[in-house]
Amino acid sequence: MAILVIAEHDNSTLKGATLNAVTAASQVGGELHLLVAGEGCGAAAEAAAQVAGVSKVLVADNAAYAHQLAENLSKLVAELGKDYSHVIAPATTTGKNVMPRVAALLDVAQLSDITAVESDNTFQRPIYAGNAIATVESLDPIKVITVRGTAFDAAAETGGSASVEAVAAVHDAGISAFVGEEVAQSDRPELTSAKVVVSGGRGMGNGENFAILEKLADKLGAAVGASRAAVDAGFVPNDMQVGQTGKIVAPELYIAVGISGAIQHLAGMKDSKVIVAINKDEEAPIFQVADYSLVADLFEAVPELDAKL
Amino acid sequence: MKALVAVKRVIDYNVKVRVKSDNTDVDLANVKMALNPFCEIAVEEAVRLKEAGTVSEVVVVSIGPKACQEQIRTALALGADRGIQIETDEMPESLGVAKLLAKVVEEEKPELVILGKQSIDSDNNQTGQMLGALLDMPQGTFASEVKVEGDKVNVTREVDGGLQTVALNLPAIVTTDLRLNEPRYASLPNIMKAKKKPLDVKTPADLGVELKAHTRLLKVAPPAERQAGIRVSSVDELVDKLKNEAKVI
Ligand SMILES: Cc1cc2nc3c(=O)[nH]c(=O)nc-3n(C[C@H](O)[C@H](O)[C@H](O)COP(=O)(O)OP(=O)(O)OC[C@H]3O[C@@H](n4cnc5c(N)ncnc54)[C@H](O)[C@@H]3O)c2cc1C
Repeated sequence: MAILVIAEHDNSTLKGATLNAVTAASQVGGELHLLVAGEGCGAAAEAAAQVAGVSKVLVADNAAYAHQLAENLSKLVAELGKDYSHVIAPATTTGKNVMPRVAALLDVAQLSDITAVESDNTFQRPIYAGNAIATVESLDPIKVITVRGTAFDAAAETGGSASVEAVAAVHDAGISAFVGEEVAQSDRPELTSAKVVVSGGRGMGNGENFAILEKLADKLGAAVGASRAAVDAGFVPNDMQVGQTGKIVAPELYIAVGISGAIQHLAGMKDSKVIVAINKDEEAPIFQVADYSLVADLFEAVPELDAKL
Repeated sequence: MKALVAVKRVIDYNVKVRVKSDNTDVDLANVKMALNPFCEIAVEEAVRLKEAGTVSEVVVVSIGPKACQEQIRTALALGADRGIQIETDEMPESLGVAKLLAKVVEEEKPELVILGKQSIDSDNNQTGQMLGALLDMPQGTFASEVKVEGDKVNVTREVDGGLQTVALNLPAIVTTDLRLNEPRYASLPNIMKAKKKPLDVKTPADLGVELKAHTRLLKVAPPAERQAGIRVSSVDELVDKLKNEAKVI
């Protein structure tokens, strides 16, 4: 049986996390189908058909799927999913929102946030804020899975030539509605796929001070992240939180500034290739995972670093 | 209107868990246990809705061995009115938990069911959504704001791109994110009062639910350790290392 991957997209383009999920699916092995559900999502479906390794794209284009409302989308995915061995989505907030509903409708478990594929029914996933890695075997006929993007390379965006098929089924549960959104606009790279991430913590003192990190980030072509404490204090918006319960990042270079290194923060960044920590407290736990530790006042060190790059 | 809050007993968030040497599981012997932080936020939200006059009764439910009564009492001390424990020897999988909760919802008929978005042990982030599917109820997951308006609830959600607001028909499910509220501390008189609040104990059989294993845990291993790095004495040295040693800039 084939594998169904749920594409994350904005109707015109595929989100990067979709490509990581495709790679995880290809490691399971089998024919790959990609579902693009949205409204006016033809362009995203065309992009999906180009992805290497995908043989068929299913397009569900209807107002009911416009905002990926879990109540509607889960019914569609569960209905389609009956004919697949695996239903796989990126572990983004959309995937996390929809997929457990799909699993429950299919009366199967969900394996959340997998980081490795051992076989078609056995997977690894982090538990306890990444302080343990569980190897879990699914006993279900259909495996519902979300994929941690940083654990799998992105599939090639081009090279495929999948057939595109429209899905007629429309599921409008009629119990929820989209009201509005506040989407952060930024010219910087997306946090979870950036090659360099500069993150600030409570040590930044206030939101205005994040300007020095943004300046450094722009020089490095980096995304800007934050600790929970910085978000809770209102310095920066929630979508910048890195950690166990925020975003997972694994860039080439992670620079933690004024962040103490609580286990919940480490859970979101300790798979980064190179970690730099700048903190004035030489006992800060962040230094235990840092490749390069600089004990310094960030308000002196960050502008100096910026100037010397 | 009634609010039902589901809570879980988990390892205290300050504890760094260790893996057992035989790699069968993590070692929870003599480890400090607590109310899952997201569940605490869920209790706080329900209590605030009660204080605001929106909710008339807050019922907490927890599933697990007898020890989870401790966490029910904590929730009662925070202001919940009564508790239900569903006694199981071990913690069921998320789908089993959702099936048990679905039965409790059918009995209690709450208008709002509030849960944490994830428990900090299994990190699954599933139960609320599964419950929604089983009951065909709408969900507002990862909530940072909950506003009941007439026969609807507006939930603002923390999503990857920022914030999204959805309107849900009641009864509805809400799962909490970190910014929804800052839970209060239970006062000593309230801790004493909580001991006298009603706490019902039921079994899965009472609810007519048969729990089934959908997964098998084969192994639990510690994560790859990072090599300890070096301390640089100046920004110049840092720049040099990043350029010439790590070659990342
Ligand atoms: C359920 C739950 C989930 C959580 N999820 C997350 C999560 O996803 N992500 C996350 O990050 N946290 C999370 N946390 C919170 C976590 O436990 C910590 O509280 C948080 O990470 C601390 O943030 P911080 O390091 O910025 O602040 P602090 O711990 O206060 O550290 C601030 C640091 O800044 C340094 N500093 C101060 N001034 C300066 C200066 N001038 N120059 C240099 N250094 C300076 C200090 O020495 C200190 O080390 C979670 C907690 C719970 C309970």
